[in-house]
Amino acid sequence: MQTTSSSLQQQEKQDVSHSKNILDNKSLTFAEKVISIKNVETRNKKSQIISMAGDIVIVDVDLAMAQDSTGPLAIRSLNEMGIDKLHDPSKALLVIDHTFPAADEKVANLHALIRDFVSKHNCMKIEGSISHQHILEYLATPGMMILGADSHTCQAGCVSAFATGIGSTEIAAVWATGQLWLRVPETIKINLSGTFNKGVFARDLILDYIGKVGEDGANYKALEWKFSNDYVKRQFSMDSRACISNASMECGAKISVFPTDEITTKYLDENPRINNNMEGKIEIQPGNSAKYKDEFEIECDKIEPQVSGPDNIDKVHSIGELANVEIDQAFIGSSTNGRIEDLEIAAHMLKGRKVHKNTRCVVTPASVKVYEDAIRRGYVEIYLEAGAVFTNATCGACVGTHLGALGENEICISSSSRNFVGRMGALSSKVYLASPATVAASAIEGKIADPRRYL
Amino acid sequence: MTMNDQPTIITSISKGRAWVFGDNINTDIIIPFRFKSRTNDPYEMAKYAMYGFDPDFHKKISKGDIVIAGRNFGGGSSREQAPVALKYAGISAVIAESFARIFYRNAFTIGLPALEIPEIKGKVNQGDEIKIDITKFTAENIRTKETFHARKVPEFMRQMLLEGGLVEYYKKYKQFPWIQS
Repeated sequence: MQTTSSSLQQQEKQDVSHSKNILDNKSLTFAEKVISIKNVETRNKKSQIISMAGDIVIVDVDLAMAQDSTGPLAIRSLNEMGIDKLHDPSKALLVIDHTFPAADEKVANLHALIRDFVSKHNCMKIEGSISHQHILEYLATPGMMILGADSHTCQAGCVSAFATGIGSTEIAAVWATGQLWLRVPETIKINLSGTFNKGVFARDLILDYIGKVGEDGANYKALEWKFSNDYVKRQFSMDSRACISNASMECGAKISVFPTDEITTKYLDENPRINNNMEGKIEIQPGNSAKYKDEFEIECDKIEPQVSGPDNIDKVHSIGELANVEIDQAFIGSSTNGRIEDLEIAAHMLKGRKVHKNTRCVVTPASVKVYEDAIRRGYVEIYLEAGAVFTNATCGACVGTHLGALGENEICISSSSRNFVGRMGALSSKVYLASPATVAASAIEGKIADPRRYL
Repeated sequence: MTMNDQPTIITSISKGRAWVFGDNINTDIIIPFRFKSRTNDPYEMAKYAMYGFDPDFHKKISKGDIVIAGRNFGGGSSREQAPVALKYAGISAVIAESFARIFYRNAFTIGLPALEIPEIKGKVNQGDEIKIDITKFTAENIRTKETFHARKVPEFMRQMLLEGGLVEYYKKYKQFPWIQS
């Protein structure tokens, strides 16, 4: 049967009005709103189904991503299932970022497998920017349903997308059908108030929160961040929001979302989307009378610079408790803290100073775009003059695969995502996590150091 | 076990010796990135199962052994290689007080029984023989004769597990399990 353009238009109109009802619904959380809109039943029955926390729902997926350490297994599963056609290649993204450029022959062969798959199916591919940062810079929009075979996919919650991590074979299923089942998560609302003190940043805030709730404190839950007023809101740039949404994975959060506001809109205006998802541009605010599993208050002015570790992320300390721990390496970068705001603060501190003689300092931007900005602004030169190494954008050091791995008993302070046993190399090595400012101060002193004396 | 053996065949009832772990056993402990990112072969991944706990773990276990853990088993990365490494090393099931979200999904997807039993804490000693039944979703400690009921899962997840995972399910039915439910 031929579909006429007028019936298509009518269908689109109906979809928009369904979405509008949901967006205006005051009793739904962010997660309930997006899943209700993406629920395939709504499309099939042509009437809006409302999905509430606890429901299991099949959703339409707008973007399904895998990277160079999860993509090969997704491709393997697809091949084993005998599926040789993707539902919509324009919604499939493969990113070569973790061990880029290939560190050895084994990795190179897996990268080749990905490139062959991409050219066969004509899906999207990016090499040399970290997936989460690429998605933020070019693809994510408010209300978009993004699934990624990478736990930090939740970063895109910073632009009000529903974004979460799943495994390789499930990504293969999404590539095959465009859909997947999700359980609608309960939500924890976090109210932010107060002003950050000098030397305290978004990373300190999220480490402080994880220290209080534990590594499973938000397991299966959505986190919704709320600003108590405009003054508080303006402290949270898009880069800071991305850091918080990304690092929320470390307490198990399924999604970690900021409401759409003028900072979101400005970011999207300045960084145009390269896909067509800006059609039907929407704003998402959680409903005022939505039901929350829990509420949490954070007063920004009560937070001090935080250091987490070693071995577990919820082992969080105030900087004074660990000052003087000697370090072998200081790492600034990764998807958690490798954006221009991060490279700016650390460059400001390292300008005219030197990395301590007993310490090496590695700096890794989150994307090609961040790298270009850092060159333009003169930061790369500052890092090189200070004696740091400035690498291409990659997950390399964060996962101990190349460009900054640790040897036996070495100690690293890092702005990357995790400090688990053996995360960055040898099982006996130790990783402490902190903001880029604290890492820069530590690079200068050769031991864990308070950033406030350099600001 | 040797690496070329077939992985433990998932049957509705299986028995094995317990390996007891604590809380927050994350995916970097289960299989470090630098190993899992350099192969696409499940038997190769199995050589690094629980490497962060003991690099020789895969040599010390027997086929059918069961991992018993505390809270938040499998936290961290989305790596499906974590349950794959355990399964192909010979582990027949993981029982934990709680699981991290992505690991739990992945375990069912690749056909490794994951039983969430909050009251398991302190009820199993290293080496105890454990019997699990994934039709009933129960685990029994043969030594103490205590039976524990695991948290129920949607029926399509249980069906997928009984078939040996998503790939096996799809090969048999040419359909994804959640579509029918």
